[in-house]
Formats: sequence, structure tokens, C-alpha cells
Amino acid sequence: MENLQLVLPEIFLSLSIMFLLILGVFKKNSSRLVQSLSLAVLIVTAVITFNETIGINEIKLFNNSIVIDYLSSLMKIITLLAAFLVLIISSNYLKTFQIFKIEYPILILSSVLGMMVMINSNDLIVFYMGLELQSLALYVLATFNRDQIKSSEAGLKYFVLSALSSGLLLYGCSLIYGFTGSTNFNVIANQLNSNEYALTFGIVFILVGLAFKISAVPFHMWAPDVYEGSPTSVTLFFTMVPKIAALTVFIRFLYVPFLNLIDQWQMILIFLSIASMLFGAIAAIGQTNLKRLVAYSSIGHVGYALAGVAVGTNDGIQSSVIYITIYVLMNLGLFSCLLMLKRDNNYYEKIDDLSGLSKNHPMLALSLLIILFSLAGIPPLAGFFAKFYVFKAVIEQSMYFLAIVGLLSTVVAAFYYLRLIKIMYFDEQKEKYDTDHGFWLKFSLTASTLLILIYFIFPSQLIEVVSRINII
Amino acid sequence: MNFPILSSLILLPSIGALFLFFTKSDKKNNFTGKYVALFTSAVNFFLSVYLWILFDPTTSDFQFVEERIWIKDLINYKVGVDGISILFILLTTFITPLCIISVNNSIKDRLSEFLIAVLIMESFMIGVFCSLDLVIFYLFFEAGLIPMFLIIGIWGGARRVYSAFKFFLYTLLGSVLMLVAIITIYWLNGTTDVVELYNSGIDIKYQNLLWLAFFSSFAVKTPMWPVHTWLPDAHVEAPTAGSVLLAAILLKMAGYGFIRFSLGLFPAASEIFTPLIYTLSVIAIIFTSLMALMQEDMKKLIAYSSVAHMGYVTLGIFTIQQQGIEGSIIQMISHGLVSAALFLCVGVVYDRMHSRLIDTYGGIVSIIPKYSVLFMLFTLAALGLPGTSGFVGEFLILMGAFKDNFLVAVIASLGVIIGAAYMLWLYKRVVFGKLVNTDLKQMFDLNRSELFILSCLAVPTLFFGFYPDPLINTIEVSISDLIDQYNFEVASKT
Repeated sequence: MENLQLVLPEIFLSLSIMFLLILGVFKKNSSRLVQSLSLAVLIVTAVITFNETIGINEIKLFNNSIVIDYLSSLMKIITLLAAFLVLIISSNYLKTFQIFKIEYPILILSSVLGMMVMINSNDLIVFYMGLELQSLALYVLATFNRDQIKSSEAGLKYFVLSALSSGLLLYGCSLIYGFTGSTNFNVIANQLNSNEYALTFGIVFILVGLAFKISAVPFHMWAPDVYEGSPTSVTLFFTMVPKIAALTVFIRFLYVPFLNLIDQWQMILIFLSIASMLFGAIAAIGQTNLKRLVAYSSIGHVGYALAGVAVGTNDGIQSSVIYITIYVLMNLGLFSCLLMLKRDNNYYEKIDDLSGLSKNHPMLALSLLIILFSLAGIPPLAGFFAKFYVFKAVIEQSMYFLAIVGLLSTVVAAFYYLRLIKIMYFDEQKEKYDTDHGFWLKFSLTASTLLILIYFIFPSQLIEVVSRINII
Repeated sequence: MNFPILSSLILLPSIGALFLFFTKSDKKNNFTGKYVALFTSAVNFFLSVYLWILFDPTTSDFQFVEERIWIKDLINYKVGVDGISILFILLTTFITPLCIISVNNSIKDRLSEFLIAVLIMESFMIGVFCSLDLVIFYLFFEAGLIPMFLIIGIWGGARRVYSAFKFFLYTLLGSVLMLVAIITIYWLNGTTDVVELYNSGIDIKYQNLLWLAFFSSFAVKTPMWPVHTWLPDAHVEAPTAGSVLLAAILLKMAGYGFIRFSLGLFPAASEIFTPLIYTLSVIAIIFTSLMALMQEDMKKLIAYSSVAHMGYVTLGIFTIQQQGIEGSIIQMISHGLVSAALFLCVGVVYDRMHSRLIDTYGGIVSIIPKYSVLFMLFTLAALGLPGTSGFVGEFLILMGAFKDNFLVAVIASLGVIIGAAYMLWLYKRVVFGKLVNTDLKQMFDLNRSELFILSCLAVPTLFFGFYPDPLINTIEVSISDLIDQYNFEVASKT
């Protein structure tokens, strides 16, 4: 008998989803109730994960098809907390557009469940199942504001392109199965024969699929359109949560079965990383819509996280987990600001709408200033440390080219972050925005800003948390 | 000595800034806000004077060292001073209160935010000069960009956006390579602690590249020809207090970095690249002096003269002679005082006439005599007249240069003449001559605060001109030990 306690978080989450769905259908006007219950479910799941699995070194279940280790527990907790914050700060936005429905929290929970399965997976089939569960929920979320043509377009575009990438990914899985005779990561690792070029093809196809999910260049084309078209609260979810799961799969897929083929995939990852960093930085310069700009900036940030994965050491993996954690924090702050640009039941998302923000809303502008400088990676803010750890890992493996290109692209990226600051601080003021934001929105903005600001006082804590990740 | 005096110096201005942040900034409170800022920076100045009194100049060891675990197993927070750095800390704490007094006349809008930026800037600058760990140094070095960007961008002149961006991106571009170098040093030696690195030395195979990476950052910050072009723009557009901070303190970070890191950590590479520095310095001295001759904007002229003066500084540092390096440090201190004063002088007439063009003025000696006297003093100090601190620095640098390389020294000496030409010509066109522009008659002479600031700057300029011993005593031992170490390393490696 398997030890089901270890998958208690997933079991609890799936039962809760079913329960909430039934509750929502049978009880009229229960969206507020479902929302609160979903929040509770996320927290309880996080607590269960923390209690049951955080201390475990490595246990495999169900014929070794899922693995519970420190990396998976940590990433699940980050995912759950991020989803919790997304859900809690998006309610005002949804109410404004009258899409505050029971499906929204339930879809978020389902996609979180999919991500948890992805994070746990030690088998290609399990991984694919999790991936599809989260993607299906995300397609619907993208179209959630279905009366708006842009939102529907975003969902359709995402669906078509994502289905294509899933197909490629599945093809890659079948190639790998064909040449190793198994879908299990550990068995694949034992059966590896590096002379099989077809195996490399399999890896490439799977990497393409994963790069698509994490929106790394050159598989990023969907991101700006989908991010712009989706409701802002969903964009917030897109930019943060699926990336955590996809990054975990990146790490596990590359380091468990294919560590011995590092020569073959390292170049691909370095390319993905450099292309994302450079393209993200350059393409963001011309944007006029804040959500598109965030899309390109997130492409760039994914590049830095992948640079850590490309290194091939535990240090690299840890640095990339630190990067994604700090990135999630910064993005949370950034979107809290975006969700505050509201006037007369209308949300503003053009860059020019920030004009003169510092005079009308000094505190909001100051927070955004700190978050933007942090995104640009200027010390002493948290974003600098994220980059510092990644480049430390990169340089320790003498990958100077990657490090120098990465750092130069931070200079390019600094330009468009500075442009936002310029618009806020140097330009003429416009009309004031509403100030009656909910408690949680204010809370998430204040908390993320303060954490970014004072991170440099306690930098050891986060390192200690991730230092137990040990994949190799 | 258990009292963490250096950390207090770093933290105190930030605490003042935090206090200002929480006081409401309407018109009335701006008033108190200014006194809060002035009080914190004045306390900081007295604290640093106290530090100087306690400082023991007979040893080159780092003093008042504080070390705490910061990032476990990776980086320790470590600060300390020796003879080289202590004077820069004094300069910083001395200039900042004067800047804060000067905002009375120039900054009208968002005063309390401006003061917050200045105070945070002070924290970062002191941090740069006393950090004994490369990562901590980088942290402070880069962090200074944020307040300066805002100072230029929010309170600057017409082309402020362009200048602010240019300043930020130029400096950031220079510095990222330094970050690569710092991480490489960590990878090579397993530490970024400067004292340990001094003792263990850095593998000679890597020194050249590392030196170039540090150079790229310092050359932009100094600024050396040909990457000096951000400086005139930044100076012209920045508000007076911003120009003062920029010229007096920010530019010194790079000179300090050259002495502390380029010479200290990479002696073999410094030896190789000395001709490069000589060439760039000489070009900077001659070329930018000629540029200064052509300027019609007073601030731009002084900005170019800053580049030329920093050319002497880099020249002096890489002579690796006792006199040369001593001269460079004194030149930096003196330039800190004099260029600050000159920018304030320009600020004084700009506040009254709202023009920085030299053509606007002429013949103002009879209208504002007090101003003319003080302006003359600083003009003469800038061109290095004996009896002013400018002379001591330039003389020592040229002496060091003559010992090391005759040709370079001769060309650099020619620069002194051009320097005298543009400064005196500037003074002549602004102060003497016929009073053509009748609007000038409405100008009033220096008010109390302006007089106070300029006198504060004039006293040390003259004092150290006649009696530079206190400065030289402080730096002497540290520099001679640095040179001994340098020569030893170079001799052992070749």
C-alpha cells in the first residue's frame, strides 16, 4: 500500500474542487462564498504540504511515477501562495467587469492542481497529464471576460498555439519512449545511450513544448497577445504561477533522466536563455501597453531563470529557484500597481496613463519606482540579488559569454523600466485615480514593496531555504 | 573601540531620510524638514571629524573595522577605513550639509523628496568609501545611481530626461562588467574580502581581463576621455545641488576605486596598462581643456574642466610615485571643494538671472562685489594658483609624473596653461568688462546662506593650500605601504 499521506495535498485539493463545483452549481449567488472557500483551500493545501512533505528527502510513489522531495514541496508551496495572492487581489477587478463568478476560483484551483501534478511528476505521462490539466484551465481563464473580443481572441490564440506545442511535446515523449522503452525518468536515465540521435530529437521536442509554456524565445509569440487580451487578474496569474511549475519541470526533466546528455541540451538552454534575455529587453522598448510591456519583461526574466538551469550544477538550480521566487514577488507588486490604475469603473493600461503619477499618488508611484528598479536589477533591491546569484552560478562554470550577454541585456532592459519611471516622475500629471482599493490589494502592494526593499538586510534566509534543493 | 562608528555614518543619513519621509510635506513642514536634513548631515559631519581625530595615521592597516555575517558562507558585511579612504568620507560629510543649505535658493518644488534623495545619496557614498568587500562596494557604487537619476530627472533643467537617461545607462553599462569581474574574483579566490585579497593576491593569468573590467566601470565614472560625454550633459541639466554632489563626490568614487582596487588588487595588470591610462589622461587634459575654452555655458565649461582635472588625477595615480598618488588624492579633495564652489557660484547667478550663458553676464563686479571676490578665489584655486589647495595637488602630480615619464609630464604641464586660460577668460567675461545687459543691475549680492556656504568652502581651500600637512600626514603611510606592496608584487611576478 502506498503512503497516501504524501499526496494528501493533491487529494485534498481535488476533492475540494469537486465539492466547490457542486456547491457553486446548487447554491445560487454563491460566488463570494466559493471565493472565500477557495482561498481557504489554497491555504490549507499549503499547510498540509508544509506539514507532510517538507522534511522528506526523496520518496517515490505509484510505481515511481511521482516523486516527493524538497524541490517539489517547496515549489508547490510557492505555487499555492502565489495562487492565493492572485485570487485575493483580483476580486475587485472581476467585480468591476461583472465576471465575479464561481468558475473563476475553481478554474484557478484546477490549474493549480495540474501544476502540482507537474511538479511532482517523475514520469512523462504523469507530467503530460498535469500539463494538460493546467493548460485547459488556463484557456478558459484567458477568455474569462468573454464579452470582450480581445479576451476571446487571447483564449483562442492561446488554445491553438498551446495545442500545437503540446503535440510537439507528446511527439518528443513518444520518441523518448521508443528509444528507451520507458516513460519513467529514472528508467530512462539508466537506459540512456548517448549515441542515439533520435533521443536528442526527443529532448528537443520536449524542450520546445516546455519553452512554449514558460514563454521563452523563440516560442514566445503568444505571450504578448494573450497577456494583453486576458483580464488583468488572469494576466497576473499567467505571468507568475505557470512559470513556477514549468521551471520545476525544466529542472527535473533535464537533470533526472538526461543529466548525462548535458552536452547536448546545454547549448539549447543557453540559446533559449540568451535569446529570451535579449529579445525581452529589446522588444519591450517599443511597447505602449503596460500589459504587453510586462509580457516582454517576463520573457526577459524567464531568460535569467533559464540561465541558472543551463549551468548544470546544484548552485545553478538553486539560483534559478531564487530568481523565480523573487520574480514572483516583484510581479505581484507590479500587478498590484496596475490593478490600482482605476478610475470610474475603468482600468487604465496604457503607459501614458502613468503620467505624473508621482504627484497625484506619491505612495503608489514610490512603490512602483522601487519595484521597477528592482526588476531592472539595481542594487540594493531584491532583483539585484536574484541576478547576482544566477550570474554567480553561471560564472563559476566559466560561462562568461552567457554572463556578459545577460548583464548587457539588463542595461538594455533598464532603459524601458527607466522610461516608466520617467513617465511617472518627470511628466505632467493627469487626472487622479480612485483610491478606494480593497485591503488585500493594498496589503499585497505594501508587503511586496517592503520585502523587495529590505531583502538586502536578510539575504541569507532565502538562500537557506533553497540550499536544501539537491537534484544531482 | 566597540561603537560601530562607520556603520553609524552610513546609517544616520538614511534614518534622517526615513524621518523626513514620514513627516508630511506641505509648505510649512518643508521648513522643519530642511532642518531635520541639515541636523542629520551636520551630526554626520561631526561624527566623521571625530573619526578623523581618532584615526591613527601611523599605520596602513584598516581601522574601525566592523565585520558581520551578511550572506552566510558567501559575503560578509565588512567596513573599515585607512588613510586613503578617510579623507573621502570627510569630503562627503562636509559637502552634503552645504548642499542641503543651498537648496534654499534653487529647489522650489518637492523639497522634502529632494532632501531624502540627497541624504540617501550620502549614505551610499560613505558606504562606497568604507566598504572592504567587493560586493558591498558594488552594491553602494550602483545604488547611488537611483537617487542621482531622480535628482537630475525630477529637478533638472530643460533636457533633464535625456541627461538622466544618459547618465544612468552609461554608468550602468560600465558597471555590469565590474560585476562579472567581482564574481570571477570570488570564483578564483573564494572570497571578496579586500583585505584577504590584498594578502593572497590574484592569479596573474586573469589580472589583465579583470583590470579591464574594473577599468570600464571606473573610466565611465571618472570620467575619462572618450567616455566623458555624459558628464557635461548631466552637469548642465542637474540642479545646482545635484551638480555639486556629482562633481564633488560622485566623480571621486572612481579615483578612489583606481587606487584601492586597480592598484591594490591587480598590480601586474596596472603596470601593463599604465601607458593606456597615461594616453587617455593626457588626451583628457589637453582635449577637454580646449573644449572648455569653447563653451558658452558656464556649467558646461566647469564640467569640462572637471574632466580635465580628473585627467590629472588618473595620471597621478598611475605614476605609482609617492608624490603622484598623494597629489591625486589631494587634487580630488581640492577639486571636490573647488568644483562644488564653482557650481554654487554659477547657481548663485543662475537663481537671479535664470541664465547660464556667459554672454548674459559681464561687468557684474561693481554690482555684486562680495560674489566677485569669492568667485575669483575659486577660479584661482581651479587653475592651481600657489596658496590654494589646487596648487598642492597639481604640483605633486606633475612632480610624480616627471619622475616617471618626462614626455607625459611636459604635455600635462601644458594643460595647466590652457586651464589657466579658460578659467581666467571665464572670470573676465562674467565679472569684468562693460556692463552691457542692464537687467544685471537688479542683481543683489550674496545672501547670508550663500555667503556662509561659499566661505565654508573657501576656508579649507586656502588652509590646505598653505598648510597641506594634515592631509598628507593622514594619507602618507597608507600610500607608501601601497606602493611597497605594488612594487613587491610587480617584481615578484616578472
